[in-house]
Amino acid sequence: MALLEVRDLSVVFSRKGQSPFSAVDGVSFSVQPGQTVGLVGESGCGKSVTSLAIMGLLPRRSARVGGSVAFEGTELFSLSDKEMRDRRGKDLGMVFQDPLSSLNPVVPIGLQVTEVLERHRGMARKQARAEATELLNKVGIPDPTRRLSEYPHQLSGGMRQRALIAIALACRPRLLIADEPTTALDVTIQAQILSLLKELVAGTETALIMITHDLGVVAGLCDEVNVLYGGRIVERAERHELFAAPRHPYTHGLLDSIPRLDAARGEKLSPIRGSVADNIPWDGGCAFAPRCPNALRTCVEVTPELEWHEGRLLRCHNPVQPAALGVGSKEAR
Amino acid sequence: MASKLMQRRRDRIDELAAGADEGVSLAKDAMRRMARNPVAITGASIIAVFAVLAVLSPVLAPKDPFIRYNELTDRLRPDAIPGPMPGFLLGSDQNGYDFFSRLLVGAQQTLIVGVMATLIGVSIGIVLGGLAGAIGGWVDTLLMRFTDIMLSFPSLLLAISIAALFARTSQWTVIIAVAMVAVPIFARLLRGSMLAQRHSDHVLAATALGVHRRTIVFRHMLPNALGPVIVQATLTLATAIIDAAALSFLGLGDPDPVRAEWGLMLANAQDYLEVKPELAFYPAIAIIVVALGFTLLGESLREALDPKTRR
Ligand SMILES: Nc1ncnc2c1ncn2[C@@H]1O[C@H](COP(=O)(O)OP(=O)(O)O)[C@@H](O)[C@H]1O
Ligand SMILES: [Mg+2]
Repeated sequence: MALLEVRDLSVVFSRKGQSPFSAVDGVSFSVQPGQTVGLVGESGCGKSVTSLAIMGLLPRRSARVGGSVAFEGTELFSLSDKEMRDRRGKDLGMVFQDPLSSLNPVVPIGLQVTEVLERHRGMARKQARAEATELLNKVGIPDPTRRLSEYPHQLSGGMRQRALIAIALACRPRLLIADEPTTALDVTIQAQILSLLKELVAGTETALIMITHDLGVVAGLCDEVNVLYGGRIVERAERHELFAAPRHPYTHGLLDSIPRLDAARGEKLSPIRGSVADNIPWDGGCAFAPRCPNALRTCVEVTPELEWHEGRLLRCHNPVQPAALGVGSKEAR
Repeated sequence: MASKLMQRRRDRIDELAAGADEGVSLAKDAMRRMARNPVAITGASIIAVFAVLAVLSPVLAPKDPFIRYNELTDRLRPDAIPGPMPGFLLGSDQNGYDFFSRLLVGAQQTLIVGVMATLIGVSIGIVLGGLAGAIGGWVDTLLMRFTDIMLSFPSLLLAISIAALFARTSQWTVIIAVAMVAVPIFARLLRGSMLAQRHSDHVLAATALGVHRRTIVFRHMLPNALGPVIVQATLTLATAIIDAAALSFLGLGDPDPVRAEWGLMLANAQDYLEVKPELAFYPAIAIIVVALGFTLLGESLREALDPKTRR
């Protein structure tokens, strides 16, 4: 049985005086114990909303959540508030994008770690403190005993994110969701945090959902990658297959926009045309069509379905042909 | 390339700075910033002097402020009140008391009224604002409508109306009236910053950890929401002293003319402005300077606690 089974997840935001906005639509994926799954896409494509929906953290009033999320066979959406609170932090952990604002500025780091240990593992203050020292040590924070009594603003960005990871993993959740955990950090620190995450989940039963806008991040980390566009999955493949032969023009474009060390001198990066701003809704055609180099007439007439295509899931009328790869996008222009 | 170098250097400096102020909390950080601010120092000094006078005034007063002295009453005439004379630094007041001693003791009375009124106002305001911010829903709507109504009156007018409700006026009339005027301000302020906290990243993060709602309110929302309340409380001390003086002046306070309180002294001096203007002038100056002290301190506290100006 899968650890997490997301079926047909949809989130519609409705505000007074505004037309309802569909942020996530029909997203399905599953996560096996110990597996690392990537959710990739440009900002605004619904990654954070997906993760908040899984955690049950979307605002009740404005967000209508549909579909189902099963965790070890238990339907999370049918749990009571209290049951869900008991699971958050214990079964499901989450690491957010901005480590500074995700920590309480007026509470020492130590208390923010022991808080969860006392809450979910029933530890006494003293025992929790010993465990907290251990945890900070494990995530590579030097001099953990001293750090415990420090406040978030006294730590560097990288150290803060390490502390947040320690907090999220304190109760050994079986699923960790990391929502762009490196986006707010320096390039050098990014790599450290990524390898820390990798190290912490490798060889354990802890599964990881890695959310990022950067395909480079998933390259070294994920077993399986879901590419999101406009709130829907447009391509899902095993990591090696995806990187070797991206089939959706959007994935292809994302890959092409990553700087490469082996690129020839003078060769320009090729960013995808346009931006999510000229997003169109999915009904009556492909949402990516206006930006797509491969767009056909059918693309603006018929909404593509997510279908099996040569061993992967693909939502495209005119996928990139493997033969065209390498020279691909350059000739297309 | 250059920018990356800069970034690394900045991080290094940050790290050094972080290492230097080991164990320093935000509050201490704010204190340190205040200690470097001349405005804060001025305000704090004024308040310190005032506080010391208030506490020590019974000891410091050269004469008993509640005894009429024959030396003074003998010379008291409708068109002349004795000025400075040996033993009586500022001479007599209109009733034959030692004016200087009464001014000193007045510091104590004025401080007590200001502090009590502010404390009561803050406490009730925090409870109401905290409830509104933590519970939300109809509790919030009801409480906020109530504060809207209270805030729609000019503050002094509201204080006068509340004071006028009392059958017998006393010092407590003033304190309660001034406190009630402050309640809606603090309620609204705390409610607003609690709401901001509710939508903050760290509260979302704490919620994602399954932390109890009680802990979220008391550990993660309230302490972070209190900053503006503390600033406002300091500023309110200033207006409370002025409002209390105004109520005394209007005869809504303690009717006992013997009591030494600046507002009352000011009120009672108004018939003697032509005979001895100092009788009104000194209490008025004292009220203004003290209010200024609290305002300066409050404003610099606001600045020191403002995250936008921090590092
Ligand atoms: N609370 C909300 N209310 C209304 N719209 C929202 C809310 N949260 C997110 N959205 C919208 O949903 C879309 C997806 O957002 P998000 O999941 O945060 O994107 P990202 O992939 O960058 O994480 C965006 O267009 C955003 O404006
Ligand atoms: Mg996001």
